[in-house]
Amino acid sequence: MTVASSSPPTRVRLPGAEPARRKTKDRTGERDGGGSGGDGALAAVFIAPALLGFLVFLLWPTLRGIYLSFTRFNLLTPAEWVGLDNYVRMVNDPIFWGSLRVTVEYVVINIGVQTVAALAIAVLMQRLTKSALLRGIVLTPYLVSNVVAGIVWLWMLDTQLGIGNRVIGVFGLDHIPFLTDETWAIPTIALINVWRHVGYTALLLFAGLQAIPSDVYEAAKVDGASEWRMFWRVTLPLLRPVLAVVLIMTVIGSFQVFDSVAVTTAGGPANATNVLQLYIYGSAFGRFQFGYASAMSVALLVVLSVITVIQYRLTRAGHTDLG
Amino acid sequence: MRLRAFSALAGALALSLVSGCSAGSSSGSDAHTVTYWLWDANQRPAYEACAKDFEKENPGLDVRITQMGWNDYWTKLTASFIAGTQPDVFTDHIQKFAQFADLEVLAPLDELPHTRTIKNADYQPGLAASWVGQDGHRYGAPKDWDTVALFYNKKMAREAGLTAGRLNNLTWNPEDGGTFEKAIARLTVDRNGVRGDEKGFDKNHVKVYGLATNDAGDGDGQTQWSAFAASMGWRYTDQPAWGTHYNYDDKRFKAAIDWYFGLAKKGYLPPQKDFSQTNGPDVQFGSGTAATSLNGSWMIKTYYGFKGIRTGTAVTPVGPSGKRATMMNGLADSITKNARNKPGAEKWVAYLASHACQRTVGEHGIVFPATKDGTAAAVAAYKKDGIDVTAFTKPVADKTTFSFPITNYAADVYALMRPAMQDIYANDAPVGGLDRTNSQINLLLSQ
Repeated sequence: MTVASSSPPTRVRLPGAEPARRKTKDRTGERDGGGSGGDGALAAVFIAPALLGFLVFLLWPTLRGIYLSFTRFNLLTPAEWVGLDNYVRMVNDPIFWGSLRVTVEYVVINIGVQTVAALAIAVLMQRLTKSALLRGIVLTPYLVSNVVAGIVWLWMLDTQLGIGNRVIGVFGLDHIPFLTDETWAIPTIALINVWRHVGYTALLLFAGLQAIPSDVYEAAKVDGASEWRMFWRVTLPLLRPVLAVVLIMTVIGSFQVFDSVAVTTAGGPANATNVLQLYIYGSAFGRFQFGYASAMSVALLVVLSVITVIQYRLTRAGHTDLG
Repeated sequence: MRLRAFSALAGALALSLVSGCSAGSSSGSDAHTVTYWLWDANQRPAYEACAKDFEKENPGLDVRITQMGWNDYWTKLTASFIAGTQPDVFTDHIQKFAQFADLEVLAPLDELPHTRTIKNADYQPGLAASWVGQDGHRYGAPKDWDTVALFYNKKMAREAGLTAGRLNNLTWNPEDGGTFEKAIARLTVDRNGVRGDEKGFDKNHVKVYGLATNDAGDGDGQTQWSAFAASMGWRYTDQPAWGTHYNYDDKRFKAAIDWYFGLAKKGYLPPQKDFSQTNGPDVQFGSGTAATSLNGSWMIKTYYGFKGIRTGTAVTPVGPSGKRATMMNGLADSITKNARNKPGAEKWVAYLASHACQRTVGEHGIVFPATKDGTAAAVAAYKKDGIDVTAFTKPVADKTTFSFPITNYAADVYALMRPAMQDIYANDAPVGGLDRTNSQINLLLSQ
């Protein structure tokens, strides 16, 4: 435990906040937060379950995964150290690069459409209605599991038998192979996942919009700003920190797409939808190449970390324009 | 006091995590239970009947059967080997067998007292020998067999003027497709009612395809192109079992593949984009969008069960070699090396491979059991249901069957061949590209 500073903090003060006072001694003669027992031990008790879970289910598997990426390992016999072999193989593996390209294509479509649609829904909910029922309806697709959603859409969009193509046929148009053609498959899967996640993302953004003081809008109205102008000049700048965090979360989630691809296209045709997570899974559980699969997982971790840092910096997610 | 409480809580948490793991690591086996996994739901009642008889013969032993679908089955089995929760006995597939033998997770049956007596001669030719590993040990007790034949829609065949006799005497060659292609073309009908062999046929707007699609066939083409390639005299590998060299670069193979996927260009076979995991060949046949379908004997009940469709079956066509060819594959029961109840597992596998159980399975009429008696019982059971299975049994009697490829690196062969074949089918990639894929595969096998 650190000893509390006796000098006033040099951090920026919030408007209206009182100057920090010197910490006073409590009745037991211990400084706040500096006790060796008391609150510290109690805090440790509360933190322990989460900390234990973090160590067992996150930190240890991550470290072990990094170690395994330098080995040849089939799970059932001891791992054999091979140094950088898996990484050399990865760099020279056209299927890996193809999977990365396909994944990026998916992320761009999925995040692009989802963010715009979620923002539109959130703003409409905030500016036009406060109906809890509407919020519930918007969230409904999110309650369906990815696998179920994938299978239902697979049936609906089937080239020969799906209702989607039956409707298209009514208009005299040729059937569209939504999930079985290399041009259509990734955009279709991306849009299926937009359908499923857009409500949840919209609710997160809606929560962010609720934090924007209404007097800002009133002032803008007095100045004669239109709704469109208010969106660009008030809503979007003040929503930026929330939007940034939502973007970071959705991009990470989007990069990890797996289940919806597995149940709809299984990576086909001819690797056209073989997203990175599916390739990792196939290498591990199909081909028993856990070392190589771990190396690709580490690569994905690095890619996501870099993207997250860039996003965080570009969007200044830690700062707000309020206040 | 607080510190003690904290320590106790942390200890309890750690204990709960550890005990949680150990609770999950029990496969439910003990000295009185034998755990058994299979993937085919249709076969479960037959094996439950076997289990009942087995439990009567072995008081104190209880067989616990778990069934899960094909896709989950192998993932869960792999995970169970890692976690130590593997079943005592499981239904094994030849495609996976080599990998499991290589990982040393199977028990050699020839070293166990109750399964040591399994003899090749007790089963249909070739079935038992497939389950002997490179080390000479037997790792599977034969349980059933299957072959591939042509299911056809009787009404559509009659309308096309094709009799059962004609369909059972088709020939095939890679140049013009022979009478097989003529029949398929005749059965194909576009949206204007024009047949595939008639002038004005619109191949881009087909209402009924002559032959259903079952995707590109990966590395085995069991229910797609294998019957054609093999009827040219081509074989997957340089040896019947444990080959060290694949022949996907063989001219005969490439010619067969070029012709087979060429059917899609002509409009007689659906394009690859019409196939999906929900629209397999059985669905195409059942929905009336395909007149015929090459499929295995394990699908007999499905194809004969469609409402409003009268189904017939025909043998595969005679190829350039002058012979027909159909893949004969068989499943087996394997005992896991670390089975918790090995004595019980041995007895159960010995019973599964026995005439008594094979007859019981045969009487259910869902699959052809591996013994000759069992096969006869299955044929009789199908006949009772009004199903003639000659198209599946004749190739076995005529010895015109070939085996599923058994080699090391089967999973890698699959991973390389699947996209390569899909590329030819979906994207019209030249068959010459198979040379490169074959080199990659053979490089792996040479390691």
